[in-house]
Amino acid sequence: MDIYSILFWVLSVIAVGSALGVIFSRNPVNSVMFLITTFFAISGHYILMNAQFLAIVNIIVYAGAIMVLFLFVIMLMNLNADVEPQKGQLIQLAGLISGGVLFLVVLAGIKTAGVQMMDPKSTDIGLIANLGRVLFTQYVLPFEISSVLFLSAMIGAIVIGKKEPVHGVYKETNQ
Amino acid sequence: MPINSTHYLFLSLLLFSIGIMGTLMRRNAIIIFMCIELMLNSVNLLLVAFSKMYGDANAQLFVFFIMTVAAAEVAVGLAIIVMMYRKVHSVDINILNRLKH
Repeated sequence: MDIYSILFWVLSVIAVGSALGVIFSRNPVNSVMFLITTFFAISGHYILMNAQFLAIVNIIVYAGAIMVLFLFVIMLMNLNADVEPQKGQLIQLAGLISGGVLFLVVLAGIKTAGVQMMDPKSTDIGLIANLGRVLFTQYVLPFEISSVLFLSAMIGAIVIGKKEPVHGVYKETNQ
Repeated sequence: MPINSTHYLFLSLLLFSIGIMGTLMRRNAIIIFMCIELMLNSVNLLLVAFSKMYGDANAQLFVFFIMTVAAAEVAVGLAIIVMMYRKVHSVDINILNRLKH
């Protein structure tokens, strides 16, 4: 068993275990922490596959920005107290069974997928020089469109988050 | 047994199924949102594995764009959740069934 396999299995166990922690922990803050652990494990997989640019971007964007946003919202709403009413046992069991059945069906589908060896020699396609070249030659238009998407998302978040005007004027409310 | 693309296929499928389970089981809107992020990440992992398998950089660019869209989606979605919390003082999704009536 080489070092690649050992790292793969360790990272996989961490990723799956903390993903289960996300959905089974009662406290939302704990869920966020478990999700950050999952993202770090997935970043480890990216490094293992020599996609270093994506590994760094995954850590910065997901674990650094998005998860902090989640934590902000949870703490602003003071949700870290355990106040979530639970769904009935039947609904939870139904959700569990539906997810498991989806897993089994797709597993049966991809069981016969052709086994292709990963390219053993280290490739440099995941390095930032190569990805940047492809991004700014082939994918310039999607890149620019995604910047417009970001702008519209930012404006949309501001507009949604604003207090609603009451008859044209913004009423002061004490929440 | 050396690691090949099928291992990544199974790992990604497992993470995706866990995300589906969480979406169906929980009532907290924020947790459901986090499960959707988990599903997006499992797809990203699979795309990177295929990119490595075929030696093609396009899949990694797609992962980059998925991350971009996910960041925008999270900003708008969390704004909606904050708005909803301000209105009904809860993030329970069962309260949000008013369009039914």
